[in-house]
Amino acid sequence: MGRVSVKNVSRTFSKKDDESETQALENINFNVEDGEFVCLLGPSGCGKTTLLRIVAGLETHTSGEITLNGAPITGPDPKRGMVFQQYSLFPWRTVIDNITFGLEMQGVGKGEARKQVEKYLDLVGLEQFKNSYPHELSGGMQQRAAIARALANEPEVLLMDEPFGALDAQTRNILQDELLKIWEQKHVTFLFVTHSVDEAVFLSDRIVVMTSRPGRVKEIINVELPRPRSRTSPEANLLRDKVLKLLEQERFTR
Amino acid sequence: MNLRLIKTVREKGIEVISLLCVIVLWQFTAEWIVKNKLYLPSFYDVVLSLFAIIESGVIVTDILTSLLHFGIGIIAAFLIGIPLGIIMGWFKEANEAIDPIIEILRPIPPLAWIPFAMVWFGLTHQAAGFVVFVGMIFPIIINTYTGFKNVPRVHVDAAKVLGCTRSVSQIRYIALPSALPSIVAGIRIAMGVGWMCLVAAEMFGVSKGGLGYALWFNFHLHRMDFVLLYMLLLGFLGLVIDRAFRYYVDKKLLRWTAGIVV
Repeated sequence: MGRVSVKNVSRTFSKKDDESETQALENINFNVEDGEFVCLLGPSGCGKTTLLRIVAGLETHTSGEITLNGAPITGPDPKRGMVFQQYSLFPWRTVIDNITFGLEMQGVGKGEARKQVEKYLDLVGLEQFKNSYPHELSGGMQQRAAIARALANEPEVLLMDEPFGALDAQTRNILQDELLKIWEQKHVTFLFVTHSVDEAVFLSDRIVVMTSRPGRVKEIINVELPRPRSRTSPEANLLRDKVLKLLEQERFTR
Repeated sequence: MNLRLIKTVREKGIEVISLLCVIVLWQFTAEWIVKNKLYLPSFYDVVLSLFAIIESGVIVTDILTSLLHFGIGIIAAFLIGIPLGIIMGWFKEANEAIDPIIEILRPIPPLAWIPFAMVWFGLTHQAAGFVVFVGMIFPIIINTYTGFKNVPRVHVDAAKVLGCTRSVSQIRYIALPSALPSIVAGIRIAMGVGWMCLVAAEMFGVSKGGLGYALWFNFHLHRMDFVLLYMLLLGFLGLVIDRAFRYYVDKKLLRWTAGIVV
């Protein structure tokens, strides 16, 4: 079960040295249903990453309420896994030890934890590389391992902050396919931040399009394309066109 | 066996020949040009004195005494320097409180502490260890602090969302390993400084033994061949300690950094 509800959430950043304030988020409202795949899409600087970090519990909101299954979010919790845009594997731990980290934090012994995470290694296809250090892996493999690490805690929601942003186009496509497979197998709720319209259209059930700063919800678009999806079908192109136009308006209102 | 021998000879050949040339040149200069043991003892004299101290066993006690002083200093510097650096790097208020004190004490040359070392500890091993400690602690504190300051935020965030929420766990599982390369670099600098302080402290008579003490003692007896021998021993031992430390660090502690830079 992983139902995220975001109600009237605002966030203002105040600078310490002067009195100026920046409003990053203004009155954000949306829900993510259990098992749903939702993308947050918006121009850069619109606060989508801030919103995701608030849901993760890494940042605080100034007003409003965010709940997971009805319980308010107050801080980070392994129930909400997160994958970051930057390579976030711990470079001093091997791939498998990175993946067992969450379990170790819960007090599971190392040997037992290693046994338990085998299936996630398998899921992301890194069985061969389990004893490698992160610097020995390609960018795509590192993000696969990061996904496995987040999944190993068996989270109810997986928060992804442009996880494929630093990868080349082909690797990105491959990882998007793999991510959808994982989503189908694992029944996890996904909240996925991206600035790529293609990615949002290909992956999500719904796209929350945000305005430029201060970030507000501009429109929530239902993506009713049948799965498995084709990247180049006319329906997908039509939808892409629609979303791109929405974003273009944001460029002109700035 | 033979092939391997030839291979090592070929690989190390130039190094060995170079060393041999220096020894021959040294022996020749001392024997035929300087002709004065006080100004320049020959290689042969130094080898004889080496046999002399091996035979009498002095070499063992001298080395062990020096290592004891060094050990006292390094352990004290670890026990105080690393935790202090960690606290300063992790808690901003601690840094604000401790930093000015450190900045006042740091520029004082470690050897200036020798009088107080003698007053506080007498002519003991601890006194020599204290001087080593003063030389070592600041590079360790500063590098630990820097290492902790440079812990990537994304690693701390990742740990938090994986359930590592307590400060103590974040320090132990994230910040400490992440800062380790910097801490290790600090320790290496500190060991170099500490080694110099050790010899100076022993020479000034802070203790009643050790390589530095023996060097100074022989100088008073005008036995320059022994002085030179102790100089070479000090250099050699310093090299061995540094190499051993580096080997341990590269093979065990920091295996994960292999290939990132070098």
